[in-house]
Amino acid sequence: MLVSYNWLKNYVDLGNLTPEELAEKITKSGIEIEGVEYVAEKSTDVVVGYVMSCEQHPNADKLNLCQVDVGDQQLQIICGAPNIAEGQKVAVAKPGAVLPGNFKIKKVKLRGIESNGMICSLKELGIEEKYIPTDIADGIFVFPEDVTVGENVDELLNLNDAVLELDILPNRADALSMLGVAYEVGAILDQQVNLPDEAVTITKDNAAENYISVEVEAADLNPYYGAFIIRDVEIKASPLWMRNYLMAAGIRPINNVVDITNYVLLEYGQPLHAFDYDKFESEKVLVRRAANGETMVTLDDQERTLSEKNLVITNGKEPVALAGVMGGANTEVTAETKNVLLEAAYFNSKSVRGTVKQTGLRSESSTRFEKGIDPNRVKKAGTRACLLMQQFAGGKVAAGAAEFDELDRTENVVEVNLEQINKRLGTEMTAEDVASILKRLKFDFNQGGSLFSVQVPTRRGDITIFEDMLEEVARIYGYDNLPFTLPQGAGLAGALTIRQSLKRKVKNYIEGTGLMEAMTYSLTDEVDIKRLISPEISEHKSTPVALSLPMSEEHKYLRLSILPEILQVLSYNSARNQTNLGYYEVGSIFVSDEPTVTKQPDEKLRLSGALTGKWLEQPWQQEKKDVDFYIVKGIVEGLFDYLKLTVSFRQAKIADMHPGRCAVLEMSGQTIGFIGQLHPILAKELDLKETFVFDVNLEIVFAAYDSIPSYTLIPKYPSVARDIAFILDEDVNAGDVKELIEEIGAPLVNRVDIFDVYQGANLEEGKKSIAYSLLYQHPEKTLKDDEVEESYQKIVASVNEKFNSYVRS
Amino acid sequence: MKEQLEAIQAEALERISQTEDMKELQDIKVAYLGKKGSLTGVLRGMGKLSKEERPVVGEIANKVREVITTAFDGKSEKLEMARLEQQLEAEAIDVTLPGRPVKVGGPHLLTSIVEELEDLFIGMGYEVREGPEVETDFFNFEALNLPKDHPARDMQDTFYITNELLLRTHTSPVQARTMREYKGEKPVKMICPGKVYRRDTDDATHSHQFTQIEGLYVDKNVRMSDLKGTLDTFAKKMFGEEREIRLRPSFFPFTEPSVEMDISCKVCNGAGCNVCKGTGWIEILGGGMVHPKVLEMGGYDPEVYSGFAFGMGPERIAMLKYGVNDIRQFYTNDIRFLKQYHKA
Repeated sequence: MLVSYNWLKNYVDLGNLTPEELAEKITKSGIEIEGVEYVAEKSTDVVVGYVMSCEQHPNADKLNLCQVDVGDQQLQIICGAPNIAEGQKVAVAKPGAVLPGNFKIKKVKLRGIESNGMICSLKELGIEEKYIPTDIADGIFVFPEDVTVGENVDELLNLNDAVLELDILPNRADALSMLGVAYEVGAILDQQVNLPDEAVTITKDNAAENYISVEVEAADLNPYYGAFIIRDVEIKASPLWMRNYLMAAGIRPINNVVDITNYVLLEYGQPLHAFDYDKFESEKVLVRRAANGETMVTLDDQERTLSEKNLVITNGKEPVALAGVMGGANTEVTAETKNVLLEAAYFNSKSVRGTVKQTGLRSESSTRFEKGIDPNRVKKAGTRACLLMQQFAGGKVAAGAAEFDELDRTENVVEVNLEQINKRLGTEMTAEDVASILKRLKFDFNQGGSLFSVQVPTRRGDITIFEDMLEEVARIYGYDNLPFTLPQGAGLAGALTIRQSLKRKVKNYIEGTGLMEAMTYSLTDEVDIKRLISPEISEHKSTPVALSLPMSEEHKYLRLSILPEILQVLSYNSARNQTNLGYYEVGSIFVSDEPTVTKQPDEKLRLSGALTGKWLEQPWQQEKKDVDFYIVKGIVEGLFDYLKLTVSFRQAKIADMHPGRCAVLEMSGQTIGFIGQLHPILAKELDLKETFVFDVNLEIVFAAYDSIPSYTLIPKYPSVARDIAFILDEDVNAGDVKELIEEIGAPLVNRVDIFDVYQGANLEEGKKSIAYSLLYQHPEKTLKDDEVEESYQKIVASVNEKFNSYVRS
Repeated sequence: MKEQLEAIQAEALERISQTEDMKELQDIKVAYLGKKGSLTGVLRGMGKLSKEERPVVGEIANKVREVITTAFDGKSEKLEMARLEQQLEAEAIDVTLPGRPVKVGGPHLLTSIVEELEDLFIGMGYEVREGPEVETDFFNFEALNLPKDHPARDMQDTFYITNELLLRTHTSPVQARTMREYKGEKPVKMICPGKVYRRDTDDATHSHQFTQIEGLYVDKNVRMSDLKGTLDTFAKKMFGEEREIRLRPSFFPFTEPSVEMDISCKVCNGAGCNVCKGTGWIEILGGGMVHPKVLEMGGYDPEVYSGFAFGMGPERIAMLKYGVNDIRQFYTNDIRFLKQYHKA
């Protein structure tokens, strides 16, 4: 809502407050002022001039040579405006004047003739182009005849006015009118509100009912409809002050009748609509729900197809307006209009909201209906518009209005008591304080000691319960005046849950390995929704969860894997010459097992990461190492070691992964993620070098985690180390051999490590050597040599038998 | 014989003190204390002595051996130290060459802020609660006094999945869920951080996904002044002790009275500048006293309980605190951006 400071002064005494000071006070009391703008940038030395003569420039077809009286002198001015004419009163920038944009006016010669000043258009005077009436968009501004020659134009054109931009939240629909703002400012400044004049001189012997009748079929959507008749209007420009205020409020003036409906709309917050009575083609207004498929052409010349959800105004046969939203083209007020049918109605907000949503038409009128208007101001606004049409359009106003009226105008009564207020706010107000605040708000109330029974005016339909009134009292009392206290309640212990602190620990660990945390979008596209999904998720035939109305194809599905998003991050960075990268994210994926989603999907926490480029680089020592499978595996193994959980790795094939360098992670036989190298084809598509990823189901990991480590006795007896190197076929997995050693060696073999892997010279083709070091230890005694030897031989025999291997000598 | 022993001692000590060579020192040791050493030789001649003389001379001889051994040990250690010193000197390296880099990762800026806020509120007795990102219409809106068709729903453009399922537009549903879980029986004092979604086009100030932290305190006799005091404590801890706050009336369907909180601008200290658009104040968060309908739907009797709630955006806090000027920066994860904010 744009509020003109000068216009507001008509209703409430603003004292010596500057617009900026006023804005600050309004903001602090409840309605945020988003900005204060001036109608025009300051100009100097622009006065009203009288065009005494106007002839064509002898040397230029499109220029006119004018003699202009500016009061203290006569100036010869050359003017190129198409609408300049002798006898006009115009805005003249005298030589030495400065116009907006620091445009200095000097004496100049144009095609050989001297020009001493400039005749100005509104645009040149700094008014925003979109508010300038279309008929003078390309020309100069012409004043009404009654202005005084030589007078400064600033005040005449309201150029020095400031406009406050109010950010109106849904609860304060009352402030969508000048009167509403006046009440608000009156309460803040403790000032009276001066209401506008609504006294119309009624044309005798004619009642509005003689011209029109009103029937409403949908009283639930339209509880009040008033039809006023104004005859014999003269369509012309509205008075200058009205045009000024409309432009300041962001509305382009059109003609007196339309301007008056807009002016009253802004003044009262009550939308009005003027029909050309002679085009109405009936003497009856019928308000009804539209028939399905019925059409009408609205003022913007668009044909609209309607449904029974839309409320329409008809002439008994066909629609003439989309109720509360837009009028019809067939009954539009034009320059030829003589008689006006003026509508002042109350339309149900949900109905208007529905029509606005359906048609996408949102206007000053529909906004007010949607947010709710004051039932007690509907008819008053109609009367006020009639008065203005009588004054400024020469209309004859018929008596009264043809009406349909089932409107509820009862005022809410809200009870508050002082103790309750102080208890809830933490204040020490007195009953006098509260009474004074209610008076400032212009609320009627009955007071019995500390109990107040407040009669809430209908303009403040937002106030229905104690808490609403509490806010009114608090904001006028001033939030600044509330004390600072801390809650008195019994102290509660705050702490992270085990899961929350575990999540932090996992992240800290991963960061300790050198990875940077990424934060990516949960919404993804058609391609990425299918990529790099961990087998334990994909095997459950989960349905991607899709948005019903996505904003773009890029953000359409809720992700089933974080990896594609992290890979995008790698791509983004490597395209910017950042080549050695490691990122991880802990976040949710969204899994639904329904073919069509009806329930909330499972949100499963995952840890995913990706690495590419150099892992280690120390140029002057010639140390260099690219990221490889075992680096990533080490990071993951380290995590499980840190969590004291056992994880195993099984060779696997997963789509979009390198077929030979990929493993699934298993805990107690259950798949909980995967690691490996990204398929080179996908890497290339993403412009990435060799890239390695990991993906871990944190839900399963967290469930298995035991926050209290179990106590194991530290062994007292000496251990014995033995090494074995096997010559194996090259396709045997080192881990399988290790598992067998552990199985056969249990319980004496405490630990098995791989310390050498060799393939090449001195070995047959297709063979490799893997060396294991075994640690024997018994918890309760010192092992004897023959015990170790016996176990060792058993292990050698078992491995050789199972893997067709032999011990390297 | 006594004189003989004393002479040996004097001579040995002299030679030990003269030498600067470990090998020579060893030789000296052998020359006196070795099997064929002069001291040993003297001791061998002890047999010729009388019974009375033997213990006396023996004592002297032992003393001489001790003195020589001590001197030898001392000198030996001294020479060893000198040798080591020389060796280490020779091992000197160029300490100005760069070290081997250790990779240090780090948290995302938003995580740092969220964790800082979590820790701050945990210290004030709040628990941290989480909830689903895909919510029901009921918990996201209705339980928060936003019935269907409520105009205020327009304030939060929503991504719907079905008519009843949506991506949460705020973390407030976690508050509603927590109240229901606590069944109106005990105080609720919680914060809920998390991702939220709005149907917005991404630009410098809008993101279809962003983070939020909301707080809720419901108990008997919670006052609006408690909200003011709590927010003041928060603002001073988060933005500096010299910051001041101001509350302004606002509107949220789930609170009444509602507030918006500004802090005094850090850049100009309230004088007015570009950052605060000349007002001296910067908007940080919204909040208010929990609406009685929200309490009621959460299972708390509004006649007995009252409460306050507040919510803020870590992105906005980061933008203010660290001067980040484009919200998309948080989600492109440019390594050069993330590293800037990664420090101890």
